Amino acid sequence: MSDRREVWITGIGLVSSLGEGLEAHWSALNDGSRPVIDETRFAPYVVHPLASVNFDQQIPKKGDQRQMEPWQRIGTYAAGLALDSAGLKGNKEILGATDMVVAAGGGERDQAVDGAILTEIENQAAPDVFLNEQLQSNLRPTLFLAQLSNLLAGNISIVHGVTGSSRTFMGEESSGTDAVRIGFSRIAAGTSEIALVGGAYNAERRDMLLLYALKRLAMHAPWAPVLTEPKGVPTGSAGAFLVLESPEHATARGARPIVKLSGVWSDRAKRGEPGAVEKVLGMLVDAARAAGDTGEDAQTAILSAASGAPDPTRAEVAVLEKSGLPVRSVTDRVGHGLEAQMPVALALAALSVSEGRLFAPLAGEPMEKPFDGPLSRAIVTAVGHWRGEGVALVERAD
Amino acid sequence: MASYTDKAGRPIVVVTGMGMVTSLGQGKEDNWAKLTSGQSGIHRITRFPIDAMRTTIAGTVDFLPDSGRTAPDLSEELAALSAEEAVAQSGIGSKGDFPGPLFCAVPPIELEWPQRRILAQESVANGPITYDDLLRAAETHGHDAWHERFLYGSIADHLADRFGTRGQPISLSTACASGNTSIQLGVEAIRRGDCDAALSIATDGSVTAEALIRFSLLSALSTNNERPEAASRPFSKNRDGFIIAEGAGALVLESLEHAMARGAKILGVLEGCGEMADSFHRTRSSPDAKPVIGCMRSALADAGVGPDDIDYINAHGTSTPENDRMEFTGMSAVFGERLPDIPLSSNKSMIGHTLTAAGAIEAVFSLLTIQNGRIPPTINYEVPDPAIPLDVVPNVARDAQVKRVMSNSFGFGGQNVALVLTGEPA
Repeated sequence: MSDRREVWITGIGLVSSLGEGLEAHWSALNDGSRPVIDETRFAPYVVHPLASVNFDQQIPKKGDQRQMEPWQRIGTYAAGLALDSAGLKGNKEILGATDMVVAAGGGERDQAVDGAILTEIENQAAPDVFLNEQLQSNLRPTLFLAQLSNLLAGNISIVHGVTGSSRTFMGEESSGTDAVRIGFSRIAAGTSEIALVGGAYNAERRDMLLLYALKRLAMHAPWAPVLTEPKGVPTGSAGAFLVLESPEHATARGARPIVKLSGVWSDRAKRGEPGAVEKVLGMLVDAARAAGDTGEDAQTAILSAASGAPDPTRAEVAVLEKSGLPVRSVTDRVGHGLEAQMPVALALAALSVSEGRLFAPLAGEPMEKPFDGPLSRAIVTAVGHWRGEGVALVERAD
Repeated sequence: MASYTDKAGRPIVVVTGMGMVTSLGQGKEDNWAKLTSGQSGIHRITRFPIDAMRTTIAGTVDFLPDSGRTAPDLSEELAALSAEEAVAQSGIGSKGDFPGPLFCAVPPIELEWPQRRILAQESVANGPITYDDLLRAAETHGHDAWHERFLYGSIADHLADRFGTRGQPISLSTACASGNTSIQLGVEAIRRGDCDAALSIATDGSVTAEALIRFSLLSALSTNNERPEAASRPFSKNRDGFIIAEGAGALVLESLEHAMARGAKILGVLEGCGEMADSFHRTRSSPDAKPVIGCMRSALADAGVGPDDIDYINAHGTSTPENDRMEFTGMSAVFGERLPDIPLSSNKSMIGHTLTAAGAIEAVFSLLTIQNGRIPPTINYEVPDPAIPLDVVPNVARDAQVKRVMSNSFGFGGQNVALVLTGEPA
């Protein structure tokens, strides 16, 4: 690894139920208030709704906004915040050479059209023909584009002009980890200078809750902290993008690092085997602890992106306890944003390390112990609700 | 003794196994024979009723016993068949133990109408059905298996189990450029030294009634329904849209050093990958073709060769009025006056547009073109378009020595990826 370059995070864009931008998040994380939870609009489910956002700020053309479903708007907005934060907005030359890796799901449907079809279809002599006719006449032509996974990246290209390259990863939580990992690896290996990586999720939709409901994995009210009482996934609307950059490239344009991204690891435990998640995640956490500035283990914390799905979350908790490190649950603050969860957690980890301290424990989450010492490193753990284990390490940049 | 590194000092990445399934058939041999004899795999749709459809033809894969299940089921089966062929040919690893990561391009996945209808019926709703009714039924009727089946990551996950690839597989989409991206990610991982081998698969078995309607609503599909086999007309004046199709392609990528050390037969070299995104429009390309030009040039630069070194182009050639014109404009800028003399063809004239899978299938066809010294034709080229004069190898295959191919893929969302492939390490 000696020939690998450092990778800096030089821009962060974050929007969630706690607000937008790093300042809003830092104050919300520290003022001891309860997370923002909606237990009625999607009853019986718990969701963390997106804070009020003026999309015009980052997506000035209404025409562009109309072409997107909410998850794309959230992501395009967060990407704009990240580019602002990195001082890159409008810099055509750099944006034209910026590599992009986006973690995305997609598939937001027209629920009214679906409902109307389902209401009538079983009364039809030829249900499949009826379905064709209804879809043909009622689907909005551009809805398809608002559903396609890679069109979040496409919209970021259109709205912000990021065109160096564009790749979209799918595959739930692990796509978020791998989007960051590939962006990181290319810069570390010297084949990319600057990358925009991240993802977005809109929790305020019944069609997405449906996927979790099929396996009774969506959290029912009342809300509970996920590490102590993993009884389901409390989904949360959020978008997070990070600008990753080589020190050479950043320095040449006068940019300073917020933190160093010192490693990203992903693996896939065989979930059917007892103890597999503990073993794999334990190894990844050990790898992160051994990487970077190991002299500062006493200034290290873990930020967990645990989903709240019972089995994998219990396995993660076992690893967190064994680590002996101070722990904070990202999901208890902003909910769980599936593909976006690793980028969201990484944004909060970077924020904490850049502030040099850990935010306060959450009342009612005994896994979180007070930690007042200086913080120079943060490890993010991201265990998929169904598959995939990921870990990332950020360190103070100085 | 040849060097294991390329001009840029990076590990040379070679192909040691290839597999494919298309509407023409299963396996390279069958596909190649039919492709070079100008056969079309496009046919009338029988999978679902075509009443009320503006387009009634497709290149669906209907010859497998289980064709017609859910899109992820079929996509997974197509991927598995093509990867089995590729892994067997390469002789790499051992059964169920592939020594490298998996990069898998997959189509959009979501719960489908049969499942929605079952949930709606189970909900026994008293009035208009809403998603709240579906949610209630989902919680109580034991459809656990649907959760996994309709996750984006499930196809690659199952393939990772089956082939024993290492680590967390990456599922990806760059729309119709996905196949090329799956290869590009493998090439990059080997060049970085992350691994000695990678399995790149791109698959698409997602032709459902709703998918057809969605593309139809975007006016992207051909409505030349009368003679299905004559509908896909890349670069012809009377082209009117693409033909939606299914298939899968798989490639075993290895560092040259790794392949030589185990005495593997080298089928080709992945010399270069290039990409550039387009910020012009969600479905249309920049009229100046700048991103496409940049993409092709960056593939050449990555390969360390110039435009004069390309002697065949496996075109994206979708048969839409816009793509073929834009691709011509882009190629004109890159290849200049030499363009009319470079043979190029569109496999899509015969297999249709296999969407997510197209890049990988066409990469396999590109290497078969080099291997066999025979260029597959562009069929249905009866009315040349004078605005885009090209040697499309019209209608009949041509014997020719081909040393180096460029293979283009472009997609919705401004995705452009080009590959440069050769037969043997330099």
